Amino acid sequence: MNEVRLLDVTKDLQIEPTRKGFGRGLKRAGELDGRVVAACADLTDSTQMGLFRDAFPERFVEIGIAEQNLVTVGAGLAAMGKIPFVSSYAAFSPGRNWEQIRTTICLNDRPVKIVGSHAGVSVGPDGATHQMLEDIAIMRVLPNMVVIAPCDSVEAEKATLAMAKDHRPNYIRLAREGTPVFTTLDTPFEIGKAYVFTPGTDVTLIATGTMTYQALLAAEQLYKDGIHAEVVHVPTVKPLDAETILASVHKTGCVVTAEEGQMAGGLGGAVAELLGDECPVPLHRIGMKDRFGESGEPSELVTYFGLDAKHIRFAAHHVVERKR
Amino acid sequence: MGKIHTIKQLEQKANTIREDIIRMLEHAGSGHSAGPLGSADIFTALYFEVMKHDPKRPEWEDRDILLQSNGHCVPVRYATMAEAGYFPKKELLTLRKLGSRLQGHPERTRLPGLETTSGPLGCGLSQGVGMALAMRMDKQSHRHVYVVTGDGELDEGNNWEAIMLAAKYQLNNITAIVDRNNIQIDGPTDEVMPLEDLKAKWESFGWHVIEIDGNDIEAVIDACAMAKAVTEKPAVILAYTVPGKGVDFIEYDFHYHGMLLHPDDAKKALHELRTLGGKIRSEHE
Repeated sequence: MNEVRLLDVTKDLQIEPTRKGFGRGLKRAGELDGRVVAACADLTDSTQMGLFRDAFPERFVEIGIAEQNLVTVGAGLAAMGKIPFVSSYAAFSPGRNWEQIRTTICLNDRPVKIVGSHAGVSVGPDGATHQMLEDIAIMRVLPNMVVIAPCDSVEAEKATLAMAKDHRPNYIRLAREGTPVFTTLDTPFEIGKAYVFTPGTDVTLIATGTMTYQALLAAEQLYKDGIHAEVVHVPTVKPLDAETILASVHKTGCVVTAEEGQMAGGLGGAVAELLGDECPVPLHRIGMKDRFGESGEPSELVTYFGLDAKHIRFAAHHVVERKR
Repeated sequence: MGKIHTIKQLEQKANTIREDIIRMLEHAGSGHSAGPLGSADIFTALYFEVMKHDPKRPEWEDRDILLQSNGHCVPVRYATMAEAGYFPKKELLTLRKLGSRLQGHPERTRLPGLETTSGPLGCGLSQGVGMALAMRMDKQSHRHVYVVTGDGELDEGNNWEAIMLAAKYQLNNITAIVDRNNIQIDGPTDEVMPLEDLKAKWESFGWHVIEIDGNDIEAVIDACAMAKAVTEKPAVILAYTVPGKGVDFIEYDFHYHGMLLHPDDAKKALHELRTLGGKIRSEHE
């Protein structure tokens, strides 16, 4: 009995990267609100800003390869009442320009929308330099900043439209590689809300970004193992929906987190903080363990680094065992 | 604001602003003195002659924008804003105190009229470029962006990214004013990180360059008018100033870039400002 409508993750699904959904959402946001503008640091098509640029050339700024300028120009645009989306690869923005984001966007409280594409090891052959793993951690610690990691392209589109209406600074984490589209237009999305995608009683699987698909697959496998896993999708890592997470954990008594990034400071870190304060229970975190990625095919890499349904399933067995 | 001041009156205002800076810094017990004193003439010219603004309506939608990229020099801005009527002068003595709207480095969200939050260097120009781009998108040709930067902070690469972008878009609605006082914390700028040929640098980046004595209020006013008259590219005013201007023992001494003023120093400085070789009579004797 799903509380939200999802497609069957065990079937063949359409494959599309989350950045594509962002591109559609940005163009739509531009149609809905003339204040929406965009700027990019020489990665316009790659970050899927091309649709917006072609539709609204007079509202698009090509910054060149200058990420510090990208976000501070964004702060200036926001100061004049614009709703600026500024995009690059996550490794460069927010990777390179964190202090500018801290001072001119967060402390200055300007609603700039920072778009970090190509996050996670699934960037693939480009290797560790381009596989941003620390973005959630460094953005999550900034006061005023909202951190969003959509699970598929349909949710990315909804998130982009929601960001255009949000009055705070936002960061959205996007992926290069195509992943299954399993949410629908009817699946709810609201900034700051977590969603129970699969109800269960034995263990809570908390996932963000494209790892939510892997958590749903793991829940299917766990069901066959006799474990009823509850999958909580956390598209907004900050502010964290403590109410939804704690309601689930009070029921299940153990937790596995899953993300395609550093678990230290990431979703795993955020959940560990929450549980440490409010509800200490057995916790196992799936994510990158204090190391960088490397070149390889995306599917090879997620398996190599243990970022898949199989490892979530093992972790679930482990925490259920610890609970006893 | 009505622009009814003579140059003599503006010079008197600048002197009053310098006195307020000294009082503020003495009371605060910390803060930068040389930069604020040196740029008092620039801020006086901007607030009392050059800019379109209204102290009673800091968010007035037709106002010109002033960004102070070198946030550590904010005492000069606070003192000038108080002189212009943005807030009561007595509030100046809350500088750097707990709960004050006058933070050690400027925070926009605390004090209306600051336009941005600055301190970490090299980010004012790029925000100004973003604002100028937005004004152009909205066809607000009656508005103008002014960005005051330090010279030392031109070491920051973010500035040159912004300088290139403004030239690329031929932004004629932004004027940069470089407070060229030749000092930074570690010493003279040309020892810490040589900036010369600074004029040639800006020109080769596609900006129109105007060089002036930044302690000559009339020159600042004229240069701003000339900068605004350049239509095909952005303009920068290299304003050569004397750090610590008006106080003999602070002038030219880079140690005062960030050094606090002892009460004895403050007393000496105030006395000197009040008399200033008999050239200017202070209203606050």
